[in-house]
Amino acid sequence: MSDNNLPNNGIPEYEEQINCQEEEIFTDSCSNINEHISHSDSLDDEQRVKMISPAMLVAKRFVRNRLAIIGLVIILAMFIFSFVGGWLHPYPETKIFYKKEITSSQFASATINQNWYEEVKEGYQFTSINKAAFALALKDGKSVFTTTINGENILFAIKKISDDTQVLFGTERIGKVDIILGDYVFREESTFVFSSNFKNTILKAIDNNLNFIEFGGKEYFLDLSRRECIIYTGEEHVLLTKNIYDMYEQNVRADFSLKYAFETALSENEQFLTVNQKNYEIEYHDEIRTIYELSGSERVPFANITKLIITPASADIFLSIDYKNAVEEAMFNNLSSFMYTNENSETIEYLIERNDMEYVIRTDKMTDLIDTYASPSSDHLLGTDGSGMDLMVRLMYGGRVSLTIGFVVVLIEMLIGIIIGGLSGYFGGWVDTLLMRLVEIFNCIPTMPIYIILGAALDTMKLEPSVRIYLLMIILGIFGWPGIARVVRGQILSLREQEFMVANEATGLSVSRRIFRHLVPNVIPQLIVYATMSLGGIILTEATLSFLNLGVKYPYASWGNIVNSVNDSYVLQNYWFVWIPAGMLILITVLGFNFVGDGLRDAFDPKMKR
Amino acid sequence: MWKFLVRRILLSIVILFFVSLIVYLIMRALPTSYVEGIARERASLPGGKSYTEWLQQLNQVYHLDGGVIEGFFGWLKDSFLKGEFGDSWKYNIPVVQKFKEVIWDSFTLGAISLILELVIAIPLGILAARKQYSRTDYTVSVFALIGISLPSFFFATLLKLGFSYKLGWFEPVGKVSRFYDQLTPVGQFFDVASHFVLPIMTLTIVSIGFLMRYTRTNMLEVLNSDYIRTARAKGLSENKVINKHAFRNTLIPIVTIVGGTLPGLFAGAMITEQLFSIPGIGFTAYQAMIIGDIPFSMFYLVFLATLTLIGTLISDILYAVVDPRVRVN
Repeated sequence: MSDNNLPNNGIPEYEEQINCQEEEIFTDSCSNINEHISHSDSLDDEQRVKMISPAMLVAKRFVRNRLAIIGLVIILAMFIFSFVGGWLHPYPETKIFYKKEITSSQFASATINQNWYEEVKEGYQFTSINKAAFALALKDGKSVFTTTINGENILFAIKKISDDTQVLFGTERIGKVDIILGDYVFREESTFVFSSNFKNTILKAIDNNLNFIEFGGKEYFLDLSRRECIIYTGEEHVLLTKNIYDMYEQNVRADFSLKYAFETALSENEQFLTVNQKNYEIEYHDEIRTIYELSGSERVPFANITKLIITPASADIFLSIDYKNAVEEAMFNNLSSFMYTNENSETIEYLIERNDMEYVIRTDKMTDLIDTYASPSSDHLLGTDGSGMDLMVRLMYGGRVSLTIGFVVVLIEMLIGIIIGGLSGYFGGWVDTLLMRLVEIFNCIPTMPIYIILGAALDTMKLEPSVRIYLLMIILGIFGWPGIARVVRGQILSLREQEFMVANEATGLSVSRRIFRHLVPNVIPQLIVYATMSLGGIILTEATLSFLNLGVKYPYASWGNIVNSVNDSYVLQNYWFVWIPAGMLILITVLGFNFVGDGLRDAFDPKMKR
Repeated sequence: MWKFLVRRILLSIVILFFVSLIVYLIMRALPTSYVEGIARERASLPGGKSYTEWLQQLNQVYHLDGGVIEGFFGWLKDSFLKGEFGDSWKYNIPVVQKFKEVIWDSFTLGAISLILELVIAIPLGILAARKQYSRTDYTVSVFALIGISLPSFFFATLLKLGFSYKLGWFEPVGKVSRFYDQLTPVGQFFDVASHFVLPIMTLTIVSIGFLMRYTRTNMLEVLNSDYIRTARAKGLSENKVINKHAFRNTLIPIVTIVGGTLPGLFAGAMITEQLFSIPGIGFTAYQAMIIGDIPFSMFYLVFLATLTLIGTLISDILYAVVDPRVRVN
């Protein structure tokens, strides 16, 4: 910006008229004025009315400039778009849009159970270590094993009920049989007395190589080896089963005694049984066994016993027993899909895929997906961005941010610039020298790198995005004022020497009045030109910083950070609607400010355009 | 003249001192977790010193252990008296060495685009001034203003989309292509050249507007001056008036301002280099600055400030040299 001497725009009308007549600068408008001026000497109303004030002259010249008018229209349009548009538009700035999409998603999975699940009788304990000891004993084919529960060694005997169910008895050694050359010698080792009947039963068991007998309603275990046979007896503690109990009532559990009874009944294929004074019926179909509770003539389903574990794919899915039955039926019939009608009487098809030991049940499901990079449509005039937000709305709110930042920063710059430039220009001397050195220093500081460094520092401080915007304004303002200070100083230096200032001094006006009433208004035209021109620059700087993700941050929109999505080259190539509108808005807004600034300069300073 | 020069240089040194001070204050106000990060990293290497020892040593090397003012003078002493700007934290090699590696790419980009700028902007500016208010004038003015208003990142992206992705003429990023090492020297030259086309286009278009408008304004001023009227009055042909009288006088301010921008060729184009991943000084400095690499950032910022000061100085000297009417002092 050159420090030209402008014609004295703020000076009373008559002076302007003299200028016109003497210098013939404003040829067009002045000739108009001259035509209307009556040549009487009196300064009556008629003559005053026909004179055009300097402000009007400027306005007239401005309006004649086509580019300036285009710029003005652009700026107005941008303001309406950003401020009114954002207010009228139905969506808020950060609303995320979703779309429904049918996806084949995993609904549940089923596996055939290979693990032992324990059911411990009340009053006893059984931990996973004990279970491991049991598994080891079972693998080695032992019928008796020792394990530690609560620091106590307990001898467990295994009673096999079926392949899938074993019962553990906590036992004591009551005696043994020494086998010496085909002769059997019984030795009692506790208070238990071996009756002859008992002895006979034992001998029979040894002959048949059994390791479990029942005698008098009590269980006895034989640990048989070549030389001896140790006899144990005790009480059942734990039931281990590979069967899964799916209960019909959600808060009912099958406890130890129930399971023991059921498993025993299952192993013998019994149909009716009575446990704890309740009657049950077992229905066998394929691999599924359903237990009904009988009360009077009613038959209430109680539990399903299967070997399948069916687990839902996510926590929000509840699988009813009916559904599980349907799955099992389909699986044992080797079907690859089945239909199931749920409680809302919707019939849905489910597909079963085998995946090694696991069966995966899939279904087509409507899922809510974030609607990212949706193409422009009537709902979203410019589509949506990578976070599923409406781009039109983002552009409007981004415009607010960009324009507001531009204006606030210019205000800050003007405030600092006018004070420093004004002091420097008015007082001159050492004040001027000092302040101008300050201006030179600030002029030398490379601003863009500083903004980048500060932006990166703000990142590490993890500030609120809204606080960041204010800080950004302050930072841009603090480093941007030297230009304005220079303009103001240059202008005041030239104005200071003019006659009206001498007159001011002669009439004895106070310093502050001289500065603020007479000097500052004369600087305003140049300031407006400079401010308009630098507004474009500030918007560009802000956009660049936001583009580098060092300025305005998500969730706030700014035109720069909308263009930022092109860092993903897939977006760059395929989603033009995401970044081109934002870039174009930056371009035409800055262009608008430059057109207006240019037009204003020409209007205030016609000498340049003659 | 010499007196003027000496005074200006002394003044520049004073200004540079204060600029360095301000920049240093800003850098010191940043969170210094980076030093701690390095210390932690080095402490984790086997057989090394402990974290606190490393931290202490690093702080001492970078004058971070004392006060800010003390640290500044420590830095000043190291950098200007001993010429040691320290090791870059980002690149792990001396700052000056890294600078020497990357500066010439930036210079090439800057120089070529400056030449293009001059070749395009000056004739167009003169043309616009000669045909003031014509359609040509408006077109040139609008073109210039668009150049000024174009965000470089947006324009660079448009160029990438058009010339790299759609047409496939140029690589979108990088300085060399993958098979650079297998190419002949001539092939290597053309490889780099093809990578430089888009950045140079961006730089030229974005900065051409100012020079174009400046030329137009000055040409208009010259064309309206009395000696041109005289030249026309004595019946010289229009070509002679323009080429011999007007053009030469227009060159005075242009040479001044272009002379002032010459040091800026070494400054690098941060945004453009970064967008095209050209490993010039701008790109290198950007990468260092965003992670808070104090030695490199300090060096780069002070370097830029020096360039600005030299630019102003050259501008002032040229003004006196080119225009014999101007007397310094």
